[in-house]
Amino acid sequence: MLIKKPASIPSSEITPQSVYLNRRKFLAGVSLAGAALATGRGLLEMVSPLTTVQAGAKLNAVLKSPFSTPEKQTPYNDVTHYNNFYEFGTSKEAPAERARNFKTSPWTLSIEGLVNKPRTYDLDAILKIAPLEERIYRHRCVEGWSIVVPWIGFPLNALLKQVEPLSKAKFVAFQSFYDPQQMPVARYAGIPFPYVEGLRMDEALHPLAILCVGMYGETLPNQDGAPIRLVVPWKYGFKSIKSVVKIRFVEQQPPTTWNLATPREYGFYSNVNPNVDHPRWSQAKERRLGEFFKRPTLMFNGYGDQVAQLYAGMDLRKNF
Amino acid sequence: MKSILTAKWIKVPVFLLCLVPLGLLLWRGLHHGLGANPIEFITHATGDWTIRFVVITLSITPARKLLGQPHLIRFRRMLGLFAFFYGCLHFTTYIWLDKFFDVAEMIKDVEKRRFITVGFTGFVLLIPLAVTSTAGWIRRLGGWRWQMLHRLIYLTAIAGVVHYYWLVKSDVRKPLQYGGMVALLLAYRAAAWVSEKRNRLAVDTAAAEEPPTAENA
Repeated sequence: MLIKKPASIPSSEITPQSVYLNRRKFLAGVSLAGAALATGRGLLEMVSPLTTVQAGAKLNAVLKSPFSTPEKQTPYNDVTHYNNFYEFGTSKEAPAERARNFKTSPWTLSIEGLVNKPRTYDLDAILKIAPLEERIYRHRCVEGWSIVVPWIGFPLNALLKQVEPLSKAKFVAFQSFYDPQQMPVARYAGIPFPYVEGLRMDEALHPLAILCVGMYGETLPNQDGAPIRLVVPWKYGFKSIKSVVKIRFVEQQPPTTWNLATPREYGFYSNVNPNVDHPRWSQAKERRLGEFFKRPTLMFNGYGDQVAQLYAGMDLRKNF
Repeated sequence: MKSILTAKWIKVPVFLLCLVPLGLLLWRGLHHGLGANPIEFITHATGDWTIRFVVITLSITPARKLLGQPHLIRFRRMLGLFAFFYGCLHFTTYIWLDKFFDVAEMIKDVEKRRFITVGFTGFVLLIPLAVTSTAGWIRRLGGWRWQMLHRLIYLTAIAGVVHYYWLVKSDVRKPLQYGGMVALLLAYRAAAWVSEKRNRLAVDTAAAEEPPTAENA
């Protein structure tokens, strides 16, 4: 294990986020550094979190992934100031502002339901589940815009291996953190909270589905779902539930928030599909943030080669 | 107050004031102030200002009566034309920056997407109003017919609210705010109409009940 501690980082290396100056980042950084030290896997270099307090805490020792796209990444500022995180308001700009003081430390993630080893993880333990990888994924919102984000996380299936779901478990249900005190505007959002999502077991086991703890080399900003979120790149963005506190293994298909809100418009699967329109708008094209012209939307958001077999024989128009 | 409202020069600052939203939009555009999705920002801003100007235009008549400022009428045409102007910008944003003049795609949209259908209808209804907004057209149509025609703006206002309501995903607060304003403004007219009718009826009845005069006896 080789640990390099550069004397200081030039300020030019610190991405523009004086905005994220907060204690949580510092704490998260310390725990990440601790985790990295403890696991030591793939650890090539580590920047002392003390020197990066002003930025999101740097995540180092992150492995590259063959699943990453070489496409141009969306600017950090766009991914952090154009968010759908309805607990913090329904405008795109609101979450960056309103999630600023969102308390994400201490954090626990409880694993419940049909598993051999139900347990509760704190953030340290989460970071020890598997080596962190960078996954540069396309992310397509159901509203018709898309981004390319260098997420950092580990395959969801690594967690599943640890907790050993029972054979009776057919679905995985996820639940977001919800606290009306910290999220006072959530009640105007028009959708029920806490936010819940779900995957079929084979979807959850798919190597493309990750639990994400960071992006752009750093811990997740609050408005992007800190400290831990799901990323399922072949589905519309709302499936990639943010700030997860509970994962439950169940026999029946679990309820999902947008489906509860408007069942006619949002189905359980919500796979990116240019051929099945949202009842109110076309899904054939999308606007990549930063681009002028719209581009055609790809089946399964371009991950068809990897995931199409999960849905072989299914009528995707019915199972939207 | 009256002297300001009747002053010749007053239309100039009001006109310039109406251009401020466009100016701000241009300024933002030149200063990277349109956010991560500039085209969406422009679409929303021009749409917002269209419905705002429709609401402002509709409030002229009640404001004249309730505030006792009949001279406000001088601004109604200008405000209505600005509603049409921002509506044009909104529509242009859609056909150009959203659809890139793909006519087939637009026809599909108007057919299939009811929020676009109703928004498009509201916009189209403004066209005859803008065309006949001149003094010449008032003369040609005659005051009564002109007034009837220009009541189409009630439909545009309702269409605008419905367009907005059907467009949002779940947070309906803003469309409902505009809906409340339009409802109030239309309710005022309905109430005025009813009370006027009742008055006329009362006058007629009073006339009927008057003792016969020598003439019609």
